[in-house]
Amino acid sequence: MDWTWFHRFGSPPHLYRLAGTLVPWFAWPAAILIAAGLYGGLVLAPPDYQQGDGFRIIYVHAPSAWLSLMAYTMMAVTAAIGLIWRMKAAHAVAASCAPVGAWFTVAALGTGMLWGKPMWGTYWAWDPRLTAELVLLFLYLGYIGLRSAIEDPQRADRASAVLAIVGVINVPIVRYSVEWWNSIHQAPSVMKFGKPSISWPMLTPLLIMFVGFTLLFAALVLVRVRAEILRRERQARWVTEMVTQ
Amino acid sequence: MTPRRRRLLLVIGILAGVGIAGVLALQAFRTNVMFFFDPTQVANGEAPAGERFRLGGMVEDGSVVRAPGSLEVRFVVTDFQRSVPVHYTGVLPDLFREGQGVVAHGRLGSDGVFTADEVLAKHDENYMPPEVSRSLKTPQPGTTAPPQG
Repeated sequence: MDWTWFHRFGSPPHLYRLAGTLVPWFAWPAAILIAAGLYGGLVLAPPDYQQGDGFRIIYVHAPSAWLSLMAYTMMAVTAAIGLIWRMKAAHAVAASCAPVGAWFTVAALGTGMLWGKPMWGTYWAWDPRLTAELVLLFLYLGYIGLRSAIEDPQRADRASAVLAIVGVINVPIVRYSVEWWNSIHQAPSVMKFGKPSISWPMLTPLLIMFVGFTLLFAALVLVRVRAEILRRERQARWVTEMVTQ
Repeated sequence: MTPRRRRLLLVIGILAGVGIAGVLALQAFRTNVMFFFDPTQVANGEAPAGERFRLGGMVEDGSVVRAPGSLEVRFVVTDFQRSVPVHYTGVLPDLFREGQGVVAHGRLGSDGVFTADEVLAKHDENYMPPEVSRSLKTPQPGTTAPPQG
């Protein structure tokens, strides 16, 4: 099998240019879909039979929570690729996922708390789902902290990659916590087998938001990947040539 | 064995080790991770006697009795096998209603009445507009049994 396409990703100048070309292809559809999804979710969708208009926070909460898990999985996979194949570009992608994923985790926790106070009667409960999501935030912060604590980029890459891989165990725990244990958090309405437990006029904007948020995540990571590559390769000749041209 | 292969096995080894440790730890903590006990577990004596714990289940239809002129309320929490009467004084969350999930935090008295100092509503995963909810409750002529919500 020809693996040159795979190794081309490992070339920092190639990945830098590829990311630059791709950013607008993700950013513009993301902006349009999020605008459409917000209009559909906040204006067009009918209120819920029990929660009234309060349910509309789902349009930000559920996509944020999905991306908090997706970003961590992507971070762990790219960190493992970087560790196994000694690919610096993969470590750069992993490092770029962390702050974006951490902010989506903060968004999921924050919107969940705002919804929880009127609906459940409390901002926070030490419940399996909520606690596991908080641990996810700490894993992101630990990863970011570990990277910035080690001066040598190669050692920082390897140490933080091991942390990212060890922490990936938390991803299925967050996802299945509501099914394995008694939890105050409701079971999944969309991300499950079988028919969604949410009516179509409410679900359509939510699916649009899921796609829009995922594209937004991709665009943000690509921008960060470019910055990360420039920072790492600041001594390299191709960067000097590009800047002085 | 090439160094790359050794690193690949190392990563698989880390994942397997962490996975097994995680499963064992969660098995050991299973009862502690439980956010609440249901009435059957309470009836079987699995809930800690004389200590604060959380009781979760459905508010039985027609069981809510409010004392006039105060925030005192009595209701029955059921899991459709066993049920536990609950006594609570305070503000109830928006989603508290008969037939809905609830989590009460408090103590079980020797008389079998659970005295709660905090009551949280547990929402289910079903989202629908009000008119859909109404049509689910009133079966249409000519259709079969309404779907369970």
